[in-house]
Amino acid sequence: MVTDAVVTDADLALESILDRYGRWPTHLLQMLIAAQELDGWLPPARITRLATALGLPRARVEGVAGFYSFLYLRPVGRYRVLFSDNIIERMQGSQALMAALAARLWVEPGKVSEDGLVSVDTTSCIGMGDQGPAALVNGQPLTRLTRERVEAIGDLIRCGVPVADWPEEFFRVDDGVCRRDGLLGLAMAPGAALTAALARGREGWLAELEASRLRGRGGAGFTTAVKWLACRDAPDPHKVVVCNADEGEPGTFKDRVLLASRADLVFEGMTLAAWATGAREGFLYLRGEYRYLLPHLEAVLAGRRAAGLLGADIAGQAGFDFDIEIHLGAGAYVCGEESALLESLEGKRGTPRIRPPFPVTHGYLGRPTVVNNVETLAKTCLVALQGGAAFARTGTAQSTGTKLLSISGDCPRPGVYEFPFGVTLRQVLEACGAERTQAVQVGGASGVTLAPYEFDRRIAFEDVPTAGAFMIFDDQRDMFEVARNFVHFFAHESCGFCTPCRVGTALLKGYMDKLADGHGAYRDLAEIEWLDRLLKNASHCGLGSSAPNPVIDTLVKFRPAYERRLGRADFEPAFDLDGALARARQMTGRDDAGAHLSNAPEAQP
Amino acid sequence: MSEAVPRKLKVATVSLAGCFGCHMSFLDIDEYLFELLDKIEFDRSPLTDLKHCGPCDIGLVEGGVCNAENVHVLREFRRQCKTLIALGACAINGGLPAQRNHLDIGHCLQAVYLSRPGLAGGHVPDDPELPLPLDKVHPIHEVVRVDYFLPGCPPTGEAIWRFLSDLIAGRTPRLDYPMLHFD
Repeated sequence: MVTDAVVTDADLALESILDRYGRWPTHLLQMLIAAQELDGWLPPARITRLATALGLPRARVEGVAGFYSFLYLRPVGRYRVLFSDNIIERMQGSQALMAALAARLWVEPGKVSEDGLVSVDTTSCIGMGDQGPAALVNGQPLTRLTRERVEAIGDLIRCGVPVADWPEEFFRVDDGVCRRDGLLGLAMAPGAALTAALARGREGWLAELEASRLRGRGGAGFTTAVKWLACRDAPDPHKVVVCNADEGEPGTFKDRVLLASRADLVFEGMTLAAWATGAREGFLYLRGEYRYLLPHLEAVLAGRRAAGLLGADIAGQAGFDFDIEIHLGAGAYVCGEESALLESLEGKRGTPRIRPPFPVTHGYLGRPTVVNNVETLAKTCLVALQGGAAFARTGTAQSTGTKLLSISGDCPRPGVYEFPFGVTLRQVLEACGAERTQAVQVGGASGVTLAPYEFDRRIAFEDVPTAGAFMIFDDQRDMFEVARNFVHFFAHESCGFCTPCRVGTALLKGYMDKLADGHGAYRDLAEIEWLDRLLKNASHCGLGSSAPNPVIDTLVKFRPAYERRLGRADFEPAFDLDGALARARQMTGRDDAGAHLSNAPEAQP
Repeated sequence: MSEAVPRKLKVATVSLAGCFGCHMSFLDIDEYLFELLDKIEFDRSPLTDLKHCGPCDIGLVEGGVCNAENVHVLREFRRQCKTLIALGACAINGGLPAQRNHLDIGHCLQAVYLSRPGLAGGHVPDDPELPLPLDKVHPIHEVVRVDYFLPGCPPTGEAIWRFLSDLIAGRTPRLDYPMLHFD
């Protein structure tokens, strides 16, 4: 600062951000998010200053900023409207609404308006599938968009009305809980589960958790007690508890409901994990799309600190010290993968790590770390209150307890449903009133596509595992377009670290688009199937290996949706050959036979 | 009674939007050329200067597709060759010539033929003899079906020799990692 001639207000603000985060490089992402609020984007000079102040290479800071979708290295509009682009919102008409808003504001989607006022674009699923079409405006969720509402929004933007002054109704987010069971029906006073667990002692509490046979609700279904025990038994004494609230799987929103209305259960679950493992540090990694929940969550944390449920000597237990810090994500699906999440938590790009070693022994900053899903942590409160045996009485042999499902798509009553594990798809479809269902996508874009002949299968780790997404498609939907939407999603969210995923998802997207554009040939199906295998077998992490799932499943179960897009030829060029000569024809003024090409090779001499 | 001499395989080669580097690398197989010529004979190729390709067993295509003539030649190869191989980086990905893909071809023609300093009364050539450039340079598999890809810039003579001997012997060509590793 001494050598600089001019010190601007923004520089001073940046200094205060640096101080707020203790100048720790681990908080780089948090600082970038805060620094972006100064101008709405991150000018090069600010990146440089951050790098200098933190003693990091500038490329490292810019590399982190460039990784996250919600960090901008170029100026953006004062209003940034991002339409949620999951297939569910598309079915709700999001594309037409986005076009209408863009037209009303005279702006091309994906670009900033010339006066710098506004940009309109798409973003990956924002977790509002049951109340869409939805969008984010400067990070705040807009739900239930209609033509009228979009027009009103266009007017508010043109008149420069601050987002804070827009009608509250536009931002209404409902929990939409449609079926309650053990967890959602629970009315627990903060601290009750903790008191019960403390009364059992550390060993007693872990024994209950083991007896519950609780498995992780994030999708992989790893046994929670095994994870906690491994963390506790790891040699490094500095244990860490992380709550994975990066609910990015398209079509999932049940964690949003837990965070909005059951945050005490989630934080208490983290504290229970701290009690079991001896952790003193906790982090909740909140996806950027849920940033609007941050004030609420901070308030709940403050309440718990005031009540002696966080901090030193928790619940009167001498030496039981634990506190929770909330870290924000910034729009990166891959950070839902636990090792990528840890990288992000350390202020880096969200590139998944090579495992083993697993986070339980080498996690956050190399310390033993428990990473659990929001729902898993909330469920540990039930175990503490009722005991493990009681918990294990619900569900199936290998999947105890209940599961929250985020139901969206073609049904009259979308929302969050809590069912005991073992429920059949048919029962779920009946509960939400779905009719003429042609397919259900269980587990989000990376999950499985199930056809009607499979509707008697059960939601359970031993049959159809799921992190909670349940997207319904009726017989009017085009399952090829569903798969294509997911393929675009993965191509966008690939972290770019490994070639099979970075290139494979882009190639797969190219083939799906070729079919969609009417240039498909039988040969392309073979290429698609080859790419599916390559992605599955050669990718660095689960994102790449699950990216082809929707294509693999729909190719088996809805193959005619692909076949009807194929031409009669075995092979079709990837682009319009004659169209590719148009510019040269224009420049030369030629229109002779040699200035044209046929797309069908047979037509050529 | 001695075995009948096996029919020699017909091989055609061509360089489209390439630099002939892959062909040079092919020649780099040196004395193996004699062994190769016991098993194959060349049809259309820069080595024979034949202008059209007859029915062939194997077609080797160097370079990407940058103009209308490339499309016609490539289609002729596809029509005539049982097995078509994309030889080298440009045939596989477009390579160096595809560096122009972010430029507008109209602006390129303008810059070269109309607005270059010292150029008076220039015009964009419009002779029908000249092939029109495509707006972008494409890998060959976007225009015709391709059976094998032999990467490298250029692939080494050793890699080309190994690839062809596999193919001629009826084995699926497979290059060991060192033959695909360039840095």
